[in-house]
Amino acid sequence: MAGLGTGAMMLPGFASGRTVSPEALMEPWLDVAVKKRLADAALNAAKSKGATYADVRIGRYLNQFVITREDKVQNIVNTESYGVGIRVIANGCWGFAAVADAQSDAQIAKAAEDAVAIAKANSRLMKEPVELAPQKGFGEVSWKAPIKKNAFEVPVKEKVDLLLGVNDAAMKNGANYVNSVLFMVNEQKYFASTDGSYIDQDIHRMWPNFTVTAIDPASGKFQTRNSLSAPMGMGYDYLQTNPKDKVTGITTRYNMGYDMLEDITSAAQQAKMKLSAKSVEAGKYDLVLDPSHLWLTIHESVGHPLELDRVLGYEANFAGTSFATLDKWQSKSFKYGSDQVNLIADKTQVGSLGAVGWDDEGVNTKKWDLVKDGILVNYQAIRDQAKIIGEKESHGCCYADSWSSVQFQRMANVSLASGKTPLSVEEMIKDVKKGIYIIGDGSFSIDQQRYNFQFGGQLFYEIKDGKIAGMLKDVAYQSNTQEFWNSCVKVCDDRDYRLGGSFFDGKGQPSQSSAVSHGSSTARFNGVNVINTARKI
Amino acid sequence: MAVLSKEEAKQIIDKVLAFSKADEISAGLTGSRVGNIRYARNSVSTSGEATNLSLSVTSVYGKKSGTATINEFDDKSLEKTVRRAEEIAQLAPENPEYVPMLGPQNYLEVNSFAESTAAINPDFRAEAAFKSIDPCVKKGLTSAGYWEDRTGFSAMGNNKGLFGYNKATSVDFSITVRTNDGLGSGYAARDYNDVSKLDTALATEVAIQKAQASSKARALEPGKYTVILEPTAAVDLLQNMMGSMDARNADEGRSFLGKKGGGTRLGEKLFDERVNIYSDPQNLEIPGSPFGGGGGRFGGGGSDGRAQEKVVWVENGVVKNMYYSRYWAEKKGVKAIAPPSGFIFAGGTESLADLIKGTEKGILVTRLWYIRAVDPQTLLYTGLTRDGTFYIENGQIKYPVKNFRFNESPVIMLNNLEAAGKPMRASGNLIPPLKIRDFTFTSLSDAV
Repeated sequence: MAGLGTGAMMLPGFASGRTVSPEALMEPWLDVAVKKRLADAALNAAKSKGATYADVRIGRYLNQFVITREDKVQNIVNTESYGVGIRVIANGCWGFAAVADAQSDAQIAKAAEDAVAIAKANSRLMKEPVELAPQKGFGEVSWKAPIKKNAFEVPVKEKVDLLLGVNDAAMKNGANYVNSVLFMVNEQKYFASTDGSYIDQDIHRMWPNFTVTAIDPASGKFQTRNSLSAPMGMGYDYLQTNPKDKVTGITTRYNMGYDMLEDITSAAQQAKMKLSAKSVEAGKYDLVLDPSHLWLTIHESVGHPLELDRVLGYEANFAGTSFATLDKWQSKSFKYGSDQVNLIADKTQVGSLGAVGWDDEGVNTKKWDLVKDGILVNYQAIRDQAKIIGEKESHGCCYADSWSSVQFQRMANVSLASGKTPLSVEEMIKDVKKGIYIIGDGSFSIDQQRYNFQFGGQLFYEIKDGKIAGMLKDVAYQSNTQEFWNSCVKVCDDRDYRLGGSFFDGKGQPSQSSAVSHGSSTARFNGVNVINTARKI
Repeated sequence: MAVLSKEEAKQIIDKVLAFSKADEISAGLTGSRVGNIRYARNSVSTSGEATNLSLSVTSVYGKKSGTATINEFDDKSLEKTVRRAEEIAQLAPENPEYVPMLGPQNYLEVNSFAESTAAINPDFRAEAAFKSIDPCVKKGLTSAGYWEDRTGFSAMGNNKGLFGYNKATSVDFSITVRTNDGLGSGYAARDYNDVSKLDTALATEVAIQKAQASSKARALEPGKYTVILEPTAAVDLLQNMMGSMDARNADEGRSFLGKKGGGTRLGEKLFDERVNIYSDPQNLEIPGSPFGGGGGRFGGGGSDGRAQEKVVWVENGVVKNMYYSRYWAEKKGVKAIAPPSGFIFAGGTESLADLIKGTEKGILVTRLWYIRAVDPQTLLYTGLTRDGTFYIENGQIKYPVKNFRFNESPVIMLNNLEAAGKPMRASGNLIPPLKIRDFTFTSLSDAV
């Protein structure tokens, strides 16, 4: 499966690595001096076999999942995966080899030699030698995610109590069923290359989420409401709520702190309300899209088509290619969106899933424009692609989902810039005559060149003559990427800016998963085609 | 070393069981060698090979269980892993839904291993890729493809006397060919246990023909059309439906099999009477796993050791079975039918060409893409056609058409069945080309 995965579907693959005790996740890892010694063994072995470039990633990947339903703990999974991946250029061609649980110089040197042998074998089928954008070495450096509370330090019992407590609140507020999950990730990554970098990084991610189900036995109908949380590049501090992180309104939404108990209480009530909500009348509507929804539309219709490997055809057999071809970029006049639309790629944004100090090929991370005042101005590119678009250096968005996977170009955080003129959500809605206000992400699908898409949501509210007229259901909108972004007439100001995101962006064969955030303020899109999704079977 | 024999696997598992101090213990041992080659723009982009041998130990005290995993096999490491699983179990919360482990099972003989696949080496993969790339280069087309072969085994045992072993091979190949002007695209996919059945040049030829024939597509109005879904297109929607036949969800009223007023639609005629779907681990075309609660061709997906057997899921349009967890089956007092590793949609004898010949007006669909659930209540899915969509008139392919977005439920689709052709293997299942009336396309896509 390509494209963005859904949490439950992707979980088995995601929870790779050996199963360990929760305490093992807190055990210290290799000292940085040992990692440097192992890295040098790889780099020296690769060079001695004829590599003109080599990089080595020594990685320890920790995951914890706490999974519950109603009053039961279904599963607690702790996994640890450790190994070394070595990538080389020899005879102008890439080669890669990886070794699990490697602790000795000899094991690692052997893997480096294998990588060189593979590069030399593949070079017979190569058309053009790899050319890397120049990259200075950074010496011995480190980066740590600025978390306030390491989620792995929090006892499992506290996590179980939290989930069973929120489940109880859901049941007391009318839910028939509730499933809740805490996902926690820690990537401890050491990178070294023949450019002279030795980079030690500690990355944390956190995602609390749930699904509440309400059933009407008489009609046999059921409705669900998923959490409005976002997966974040944060620690357990994401669950420490603060009034300043709450956006109040028709339902409360969250910024850098998530109140799971409050959200699930609303969710249980709203799932019941959805059972008797009015079924939407198909037609054209002005859409007011909350950041908890819009992140996914940005991801699919902006993040993916502006990945340079897709544009060039490297994903043609699986994830697809892109409508945003090089000639459109070269014209300097391709109207991706209206003048209101500014889309920015950023690998440095605090709290985002994509934030790191350096990417997985030793490039320092940065922020750059993709669409400026509506015009397509750039793509996302890594070292072996930079020259194709005339860039002198990589954008720093190379990533591998494991020590055993080869790194390749992945999506940076791609976000919609807030409007420059002060505008609140209430003021935006006041001007809408016939519209739908959508909160939360739902069903999603887009074609392989990223033209035609369809999105659902969690909560839909009808807007009539500037006022919320009630809840709707069976809503999905269909549009074309360029048409949609050109219908963007207003974006709320910075006060409304929030991040959404995914742990499970899939790309490549064999498929790799990447975590990425997308920020925006609430935005308005005029005259979008809405369909009714109700069916009878 | 990654693929152990039955005797070697049993020796390790018996050793592990002997170290146990817990009420119950089970050990699962899996090994595999996976190789791949990927190409795009008529050139190899990545290739690799990985081996893995891994032991998973689950210890149980009462209703508390813990699992530990290791990939070292000396006695000391094995004992350490058993102790760690026991420690984790003692610290775990009680699982009120825990069901004690199974005793000895009678497993069916399945023929899922082919020496030819196990013997694949990097040169073999490179040659297979060359046979696919070379005709594209010669015809001025662009190829992008992926090949993955697996050789592996799965063994499991517990202290109640259960032991199972199976070894399997598989190869999956897919190819997309595009015209250099970007206006045509064709696709073909093949999968087998035995690589000697796979001819990458032949599969690529199909993709080449589709790419060349799909240039200059015309736009048709979205709406309801008679479609012929090739097996590579039909399989994804059918797999989604089969994946939704869990009995607990149905009993809880949150499934397409839930019923107004409570209860399930088991025993109801939900589809056209010509719809017959079953699973059979001994089927020679798609040999499955002899044990496990589903999970694909290596038997590694289910850890409870239930024997896989022939199960009829839909007979003459009537829902005959749903699958169960052992806990839910016990609670309901029914047989704990395991989810299948692959399924068979019984068809007829007509070829794809025959189905086209018998179609007055319709659309031929090669592949569906980015399929996602829209409404789990009705199993409504959305997605798009891709890599070869053609208009049929008076029994002939007339011209290529632009791709469509669909919003359709496999349940509605299988009520609108016009004809099912001769099944062929698709993603580990046997699926016929399906002729369906009133298939709902809701918009056009510019994507090629």
